[in-house]
Amino acid sequence: MSSASITRTTVSSLNAAAHTGRGRLVLGLLGAVTALLAWFLLSRGSDNPYFPPLEAIVERAWEYWTTPEGVDNILASLRTLSGGLFFAIVLGVAIGLVIGQLAVVEQTVTPSLEFARAIPATALIPFALMLFGVSDEMKIFLIALGCIWPILLSTADGARGIDTTMRDSARAFQVEGIQFQRYVMLPAVLPRILVGIRIAIPLSLILMVTSEMVGVQQGLGFVITQAQATFQILTMWSGILILGILGFLLTFAYSLIERRLLRWADPRRDRES
Amino acid sequence: MLIVSDMEKTYPTKSGGFTAVSGMSFHIEEGELFTIVGPSGAGKTTLLRCISGLDDVTAGSVTFNGQQVSGPPREFAVVFQDYARSLMPWITVAKNVELPLMKKGISAAERAQRVASALEEVGLADAMEKKPFQLSGGMQQRVAIARAIAYRPQVLIMDEPFASVDAQTRADLEDLLLRIREETGTTVLFVTHDVDESVYLSNRVAIVSRSPSRIDEIVDIPLPYPRDQIRTKSLPEFATLRTHVFGRIREMVSTATPMAA
Amino acid sequence: MTAVVAPAPPKCRSGTASLPGRRFVLPTAFIAFLISLQELLTRTEVLPSNYFPPASEIFTAFIGELGGSALPDALFGTLSTWLQALVISVVLGTVIGVLLGLVVPLEAFLRPVIEFLRPVPSVALIPLVVLTIGTGSDSALFLAVFAAFWQVLIPAIVGVRSAHPVALETARSYNFTLWQRIRYIQLASMMPYLVTSIRLATSTTLILIVTAEIIIQMPGLGYEITMSRSAGNPARMYAYIALSGIAGIVLNGLVRWAESRVASTHGKGGKQ
Repeated sequence: MSSASITRTTVSSLNAAAHTGRGRLVLGLLGAVTALLAWFLLSRGSDNPYFPPLEAIVERAWEYWTTPEGVDNILASLRTLSGGLFFAIVLGVAIGLVIGQLAVVEQTVTPSLEFARAIPATALIPFALMLFGVSDEMKIFLIALGCIWPILLSTADGARGIDTTMRDSARAFQVEGIQFQRYVMLPAVLPRILVGIRIAIPLSLILMVTSEMVGVQQGLGFVITQAQATFQILTMWSGILILGILGFLLTFAYSLIERRLLRWADPRRDRES
Repeated sequence: MLIVSDMEKTYPTKSGGFTAVSGMSFHIEEGELFTIVGPSGAGKTTLLRCISGLDDVTAGSVTFNGQQVSGPPREFAVVFQDYARSLMPWITVAKNVELPLMKKGISAAERAQRVASALEEVGLADAMEKKPFQLSGGMQQRVAIARAIAYRPQVLIMDEPFASVDAQTRADLEDLLLRIREETGTTVLFVTHDVDESVYLSNRVAIVSRSPSRIDEIVDIPLPYPRDQIRTKSLPEFATLRTHVFGRIREMVSTATPMAA
Repeated sequence: MTAVVAPAPPKCRSGTASLPGRRFVLPTAFIAFLISLQELLTRTEVLPSNYFPPASEIFTAFIGELGGSALPDALFGTLSTWLQALVISVVLGTVIGVLLGLVVPLEAFLRPVIEFLRPVPSVALIPLVVLTIGTGSDSALFLAVFAAFWQVLIPAIVGVRSAHPVALETARSYNFTLWQRIRYIQLASMMPYLVTSIRLATSTTLILIVTAEIIIQMPGLGYEITMSRSAGNPARMYAYIALSGIAGIVLNGLVRWAESRVASTHGKGGKQ
């Protein structure tokens, strides 16, 4: 066998492997291990103060983030994150449902909403500071304000585009008001709400960290900036590492919840894919 | 009981407007099974939407027991062609049937009883806790029919309800409809494009023309009830009536303007 | 066969809502209402006017800024960084996304790394970026690209693979070359995904640039906003916040306009 044909068979078997679940898992694990190993080896014995060895970062992360102070900071971040997302979801869905179902309301508020939405959420940090001072409320307000838009718009879109036959059957049988919203509209729009939330989650992390960087004395963002200002590069890196893990876990947990809810909302979808 | 008089329905389009139904008049007696049949492209669905109150008429009127219909009346129940979309996929079969009953004045016990007996009636007593997607197409349409029965309407409106199921299931569902009507005496307004089905089921068959559609002819079907898929369909009168209705529709299609073909 | 030829019934709400006047009058009246409400509440000190200056004062401050030199500089600083960030993240995300979309084993290999890096909030890198890149506009650029890149990359991978099996079969039966298949089928089916991700990237990059301006204090709209606040000039602060909103609207509009231009010359692509 020539070397060319050996290469070709290798490539095609790799290709086949990448299309199976187990093959992807193996390749993925290989990738993860390679990346970690590369980071470990490249940073090993690094004397660049800004890029300390991975080993030292992990050590510091373990040291600091397990102390009561570290745990407190993580909890403070999680508290405001969940508070902000909670308000964004509740208000976004409620307002989105109204806008999507009442054409008059939609026409009336659309330009104002477009304007409010176009303001980058972080531009409102000074405004939020004036309103609430340096506090948890300020952080929650900012996260909610920034994250409400994708949820609201996606919900309104879904409510507007609800299947005609479904709406007609509800109307023909006089399923109205709360019953209609609870049993027909909300489940029908759920997939769109979930898409909105998926877009909002990375945004919520950005806003959480940003608001913690401007004056709040607690949270992951605060620790990172503080560490930078006092030149504790290891603590700074460990904070970034924790934030990465937090973001990863959050996204992962959300994708599990999302899949579950989608299966409930439309079991057919699950069978098709 | 149900009177449609000089009804017209025009949809706004970019080029002015499209008249789907125009000068439509007929009346349905209590307890009757009245079928509207016509070629594809006749405004049958539009007509049904207007009668059931889902759409407003542009001119003329639809009156039920002397009351003008505007918005879906409590006394009507509708069975749609697209069962997959007319049933809510996220709730169980029983809940789907129960949903229209969940309003003031009907106790939980009565709801449960009505749901159970309606599902029993359509032969789906075992499927109560299943989700609609777990059932076959014909069974899903049975659920839709059960939902309509449990609602106890005075008029049952059906828009090509059996057009998306296979032939055997279709015959079963037709007989189910006849049996239910026999037991409850409900008035039925049925829309189909299938000539055999219209003759087999009805007291009267209204043939409608292409849009702007109007009544072309109303044919009495004096075949005796109870009807039977084999016996009734082999009667010479059945063949005569079927041929007559079919002929009228053929004529309409062939004399249509070339553009519409 | 059961199709009804009549056009689909208009999605309810016909009649009244389509009156041309209403489209324009209602929203305008609503905006006027909001502005007068704000004016009323601040003039009567229901909202403390030292924190919330009346709308008229904000407007005056805005007019005042139009003559000054701070505004054009700030606007130019923000917008030029934004444009660079958008172009870089879209080009980089699309190119790498297409590559990973076509070379499945490579994508499977890199997936965990992508999944770990993607949710890292890019602002968390601000301290690191300040130390290594400095406090210039390059830092803002890096942060914005880091945030928007993933938003383009993932849809690009999905998009390239979303080509309809029938289209791919057709390509095979007509013996398309690899390049023909990629060019006419896979890239075409990616287009709708690309459009969505560019829209997302437009607002993401703007948010991060303003954030960087606020936190790192580099010149731009965000900087003017914080400066006005610490200088005790809330009217000017709101004027700049409003300006950032207007900039956002204009940018979204531009991106949509560019989209429609591309869509009209290249067709809409695979997915309807």
